[in-house]
Amino acid sequence: MALLGAEVNVGDLVFRGFAALFAVSIVLVLGAMALQMWVAARPSIAHSGWHFVVGRDWDPVRDSFGALPFIYGTVVSSLLALTIAVPISLGVAVFLTEVAPPWLRSPVSFLVELLAAVPSVIYGLWGIFALAPFLRNHLEPLLGKTLGFLPLFQGPHQGFGMLAGGIILAIMITPTISSVSREVLRAVPDNLREGALALGATRWEALRHAILPYARSGIVGAIILGLGRALGETMAITMVIGNRADISASLFAPGYTMASVIANEFTEATGDIYLGALAEIGLLLFAVTLLLNVIARLLVWQVARAPEGARG
Amino acid sequence: MTERHWQRKLVDAMVRGLCLVATLAALVPLGLVLYYVTSRGIGGIDRAFFTELPKPVGETGGGMANAFVGTLELVGLACLFGIPPGVLAGVYLAEFGERRFAKLVRFSADVMSGVPSITIGIFVYTLIVLRTKSFSAYAGGVALAVLMLPTVTRTTEELLRLVPESLREAALGLGVPKWRATLSVVLRTAAPGIATGIMLAIARVAGETAPLLFTAFNNAFWPTGLGQPTASLPVQIYTYAVSPYDDWHQKAWAAALLLVGMVLILNVSARLLVRPRVRSR
Amino acid sequence: MTQSVSLLGATTSARDSTRSSARTSAPPTTDQPKMRAEALKAYFGATEVLKGVTLPVASHTVTAIIGPSGCGKSTFIRCLNRMHEVVAGARVAGKVLLDHQDIYAPDVDPVRVRRRVGMVFQKPNPFPTMTIRENVLSGLVLNGLRPKDPGELVERALRQVALWDEVKDVLNRSGTSLSGGQQQRLCIARSLALEPEVLLMDEPCSALDPIATARVEELIHELRERYTIVIVTHNMQQAARVADFTAFFYLGELVEHDRTDVIFTRPSEKKTEDYITGRFG
Repeated sequence: MALLGAEVNVGDLVFRGFAALFAVSIVLVLGAMALQMWVAARPSIAHSGWHFVVGRDWDPVRDSFGALPFIYGTVVSSLLALTIAVPISLGVAVFLTEVAPPWLRSPVSFLVELLAAVPSVIYGLWGIFALAPFLRNHLEPLLGKTLGFLPLFQGPHQGFGMLAGGIILAIMITPTISSVSREVLRAVPDNLREGALALGATRWEALRHAILPYARSGIVGAIILGLGRALGETMAITMVIGNRADISASLFAPGYTMASVIANEFTEATGDIYLGALAEIGLLLFAVTLLLNVIARLLVWQVARAPEGARG
Repeated sequence: MTERHWQRKLVDAMVRGLCLVATLAALVPLGLVLYYVTSRGIGGIDRAFFTELPKPVGETGGGMANAFVGTLELVGLACLFGIPPGVLAGVYLAEFGERRFAKLVRFSADVMSGVPSITIGIFVYTLIVLRTKSFSAYAGGVALAVLMLPTVTRTTEELLRLVPESLREAALGLGVPKWRATLSVVLRTAAPGIATGIMLAIARVAGETAPLLFTAFNNAFWPTGLGQPTASLPVQIYTYAVSPYDDWHQKAWAAALLLVGMVLILNVSARLLVRPRVRSR
Repeated sequence: MTQSVSLLGATTSARDSTRSSARTSAPPTTDQPKMRAEALKAYFGATEVLKGVTLPVASHTVTAIIGPSGCGKSTFIRCLNRMHEVVAGARVAGKVLLDHQDIYAPDVDPVRVRRRVGMVFQKPNPFPTMTIRENVLSGLVLNGLRPKDPGELVERALRQVALWDEVKDVLNRSGTSLSGGQQQRLCIARSLALEPEVLLMDEPCSALDPIATARVEELIHELRERYTIVIVTHNMQQAARVADFTAFFYLGELVEHDRTDVIFTRPSEKKTEDYITGRFG
């Protein structure tokens, strides 16, 4: 057999080029997404200017677009979700890495993953028919009675509102925060853990003084990832938040989110400016979640990339 | 000394207890949702549900056959548009990736997986629906494919990295070209794991509603072509759930049971698929 | 300087003396080398791991490469079938002649070189997704060749490595179900099925127990009849047992190359003597 032939195998060259093409396409899709949204949003940016983010009036008929109520609703429901989900998620992550007996870890983490697998619209359906009535008849009266002196817990009990939205979001972001935190905790070098335990520390002391300080930035990253999920979540929250463009101090009152208004009005929007206004909301969401994701990935990579002596 | 010792033990036990409570609290909603979906949905699952079209507003009866078929159609298109590019991009990252460019791709994929699905809906709407002037199964399929792409890419990359270097060397040492070694040896060795990742990605997009609202839209009739608006289970569940009719609520629960069933089966079988692979290692 | 002197010595002494060893009928010489490295340099990034090695490999002989770890012996044989450049950042300079043709010439396809110069690796690496039978045929199948009589080919290759009797009833079992020694012989059979002209072995016994090692050594002995073999070993007794010629590498340079009995009884270099008497490495 002769040795002669091209120095580089032609098949290899074609294959590599093909694979590279699709790799590039991921970057291109992300870029195209930003570009398309910006182009679609431009009429609205020109029309509304800064009024868009500070105005409270959303009146498509009069071409008046102030998106503040949606921004407010998105921020408040997401913060409420974090308040509920962060302690629970961290509890789950610590339980799965430090507390639970090894045989229990894999089935429990599978169940937590299933929580993320249930489609958003199913949570919404459950929210409408189970969670909202429960809030209206039980939880809201109870909160009103005990904590009613706070403006947060005043007003009529409606079930559908900010509280329901926050709870639904909390359920949905718990698996994200807990699984990323768990990865981060697993990436903590064993010698830190063992070092503390060998000095006579209890599990909790080892966690608090040796493990958490090391993992802190990664856990912050996990929380930010959860926040990103909450901000962009659409169906479930649209189904329970009440969809009213008001800004109210009470968590019992209905609200509206950025994603919800897009879901509800996009197909009915007529005219470049109205459509552009919805696209601008989308663009804002896109930009904010993109930024949060970049920050979060950097934070998580910082911890999870130091694999020396880490758990497999 | 001993008192302080006991105090420390107590705090430790309390923290452990709280972690257990947190885990239970996280899992309660899962149990509740599954309970509600099963108990309310089971009554609505009958022959008509799988064979008939939805009835017009006000009439009772009918089924969701078109939405069921539509979901299969949309997921099929998503697989077609999303899996081959995703796998190849993953192959590139694991087998050829030059440092800086690969890093950019990896980062883009990670960031893309965090982009809200509703904005992907807007993107595909401006990209396809506005140009073709019609909601279509194609548009829906593309939207779901964009959602799948980062997951498939990263899963493929990670699993290819687990394939021992010695197998690549064995193949190259036999005078096999790199492309052939990658496809027939490396990818084949990692195939069960990649299949698992893909099943999970499918399970995720099968339940997606938001990106379909203004791409595939909805349709009360049988799909007549891929260029037509197409019904899907998630969108139909949404439409029925927010409607004022009891009969439609009942149908929404039945469809929810079907959808959750599909998603659970995919998740559980993906998990079972991983087992033998790990054992053979 | 050292190497050219010792090389000259090697050729002359091989020509002059008749071998005392009973296992060869005719004394091997390096007059007509099957392969010849000329001023071969190899790099990992900026690090030079081979510093200009010139070494002939005689046809139908066994050449052993010995030396302390890190001396470049594995890198050297990986350069003989262009496997060195597979690693990112690895580079080669100089010439390697195969039947007087430079395999590093610009118009040479490395894939074709590897079909003529086979390689057996340190750790047995059968393809886990293939059966024993498929593993033997893999070199042909992955190169898109269809053997005329695959059954006969499988039997012949497995008989050559004395594995046939052990596995003839389980040919459809996974290649990884065999013991370590059997796996390594399977990997040798896999290379032989391609009928290479040269077989490179990179510490083929380092992962094997003594009994399996003895079998592989026996096998090398028999294979010499038909193939030219270059074997890297860290075990000097092994070199003494299997090789006609032995080359001693130290810090990326060839210190001495001569008939094995000469190297082990009256080496001309002080460093070689120190190494084989166990004074370092």
